Amino acid sequence: MRDIAVISFAQTPARRSVPELNEVEMLMPAVHGALEQVDMTIDDIGFTCSGSTDYLAGTAFSFVSTLDSVGPWPPIQESHVEMDGAWALYEAWVKLQLGEIDTALVYAYAKSSPGDLPMVLTRQLDPITVGPLWADSVSLAALQARSLLDSGKATEADMAEVVARSRKDALGNPNAQLAWDRSAEDILAEEYHIAPLRKSDCAPITDGAAAIVLAAGDVARSKVKRPAWIRGIDHRVEPIHLGLRDLTISASTSIAAGKAGVADGKVDIAELHAPFSHQELILKEAIGLGDDTTINPSGGALAANAMMTAGLIRIGEVATRISNGEADRGVAHATSGPCLQQNLVTVLEGEN
Amino acid sequence: MPEIQLPASLQDVEAVRSVRTPARLDYTFTPGDATSRFLAGITQKKIIGQQANPDSRVYVPARGADPELGAATPIEVEVAQVGTVTSFCVVNLQFYGSGMEIPYTSALILLDGADLSIMHLIQEIPADQVRIGMRVEAVWRDDADIEPTLESIKWFRPTGEPDDVNVRIPGEIRGTGLGSWVGGVAPTELTVRNPRTGEGGTAEFGGEG
Repeated sequence: MRDIAVISFAQTPARRSVPELNEVEMLMPAVHGALEQVDMTIDDIGFTCSGSTDYLAGTAFSFVSTLDSVGPWPPIQESHVEMDGAWALYEAWVKLQLGEIDTALVYAYAKSSPGDLPMVLTRQLDPITVGPLWADSVSLAALQARSLLDSGKATEADMAEVVARSRKDALGNPNAQLAWDRSAEDILAEEYHIAPLRKSDCAPITDGAAAIVLAAGDVARSKVKRPAWIRGIDHRVEPIHLGLRDLTISASTSIAAGKAGVADGKVDIAELHAPFSHQELILKEAIGLGDDTTINPSGGALAANAMMTAGLIRIGEVATRISNGEADRGVAHATSGPCLQQNLVTVLEGEN
Repeated sequence: MPEIQLPASLQDVEAVRSVRTPARLDYTFTPGDATSRFLAGITQKKIIGQQANPDSRVYVPARGADPELGAATPIEVEVAQVGTVTSFCVVNLQFYGSGMEIPYTSALILLDGADLSIMHLIQEIPADQVRIGMRVEAVWRDDADIEPTLESIKWFRPTGEPDDVNVRIPGEIRGTGLGSWVGGVAPTELTVRNPRTGEGGTAEFGGEG
């Protein structure tokens, strides 16, 4: 395996709505920021890969026009995934493994504000049996939370603790959208939104963008003092039919974590892409994280959850903390689909 | 295929052979900065192009980023309301949502001072007389009906000037149509000059030098 590292990460401040900019205008500061931090231009990049979906803003082929943000002329090597940018990063990582190129740019963005997000997300469900029911994303997450509570593996108080800790940590994240200091008891006193979920258990709806630069071996070392090396990366998918899955666990995350080698060393920090509080509890168990791991120091998806982007941001948040010396080894998780259907796990490590 | 055993209650029921699952999603669209500035110009009956720097391409309408430089386009440049047809098609089919009488002509029009063609209608000339190189001018709605939409220009019509038969979309050095593809070969660093570095596109490989 070739050594590949995250050498740069940039994101736009998460906001509920960015109506004054179109998608490429919102994205550009992230792409330009990631390149400028390592003194690179698109002409230094061997491969560009993006993650987004046109359904969010309802703009056909928006992923083509947003490519203008990088300056794709003369024609560049480029690809797009209708997935979170974490999967775009995976594709770039595979491309780098082939050895033909040394650098890659990965970006992701979402403007969810023009549409009704929980309704838009019904379009990713099985189109014959579940999609026509318009089962919205929050209701499906509530079904999962109910399963978890009924299994006895967690309580509503456990969920409230996740919420309280995440939003408090988000106070230290200048890009967070939702940040506050409230006790778990205070959160439990809230009315249900879609039982057993309270509004506070749910991620906010976010407009935002992020970008990462990857580099191989000596190129990475020449650009930054402490590259965040990708030691393992794996992704797995579960059946589209929710009834075929045990929603109280995340089997795909467990397999991905095993393949990525999470257990091969100490995990200082983990950024888990859990848009609903109970999902962090499921993921912590699935990855096998102990209490000595700091989870979601950025506040996680409960602080900001730009669709197609929040998974890539998890990788960026871990990489940043490794590069600045706060952590030596960390795990980043990304999810896509209803109730943690698809999961990607990345293990990142710094050199001393 | 394994044989499927239906419960008794379903055995005499007609099989489902297809389902229709209609879907509709509503969006509140906002045009963003570049398009808002373009449309603000339209309400003044001005066609405003945008560029990233004083030497770079002028885009009409601008979409927010210069694809050659990967940069925002803050500089506004008013372009002419007269231009040249770079390509066109004659529409002979009526389709939903179109109030146009067929046949009519949709064309790409390179306005004088712009580096990108806009798509618009050609009228006041029979469809079979529209041609590449024809000079055309904008015909606006009545002042009272001007709105922030490109439809405030009703259509373009011939100016009567001589054709510009050598019209080229800037950057497409071998003419219009399939851009810089030649003989089935995609544009590469050898044939296309890199607008950021100035490298490539040498005459040796048929580039612009």
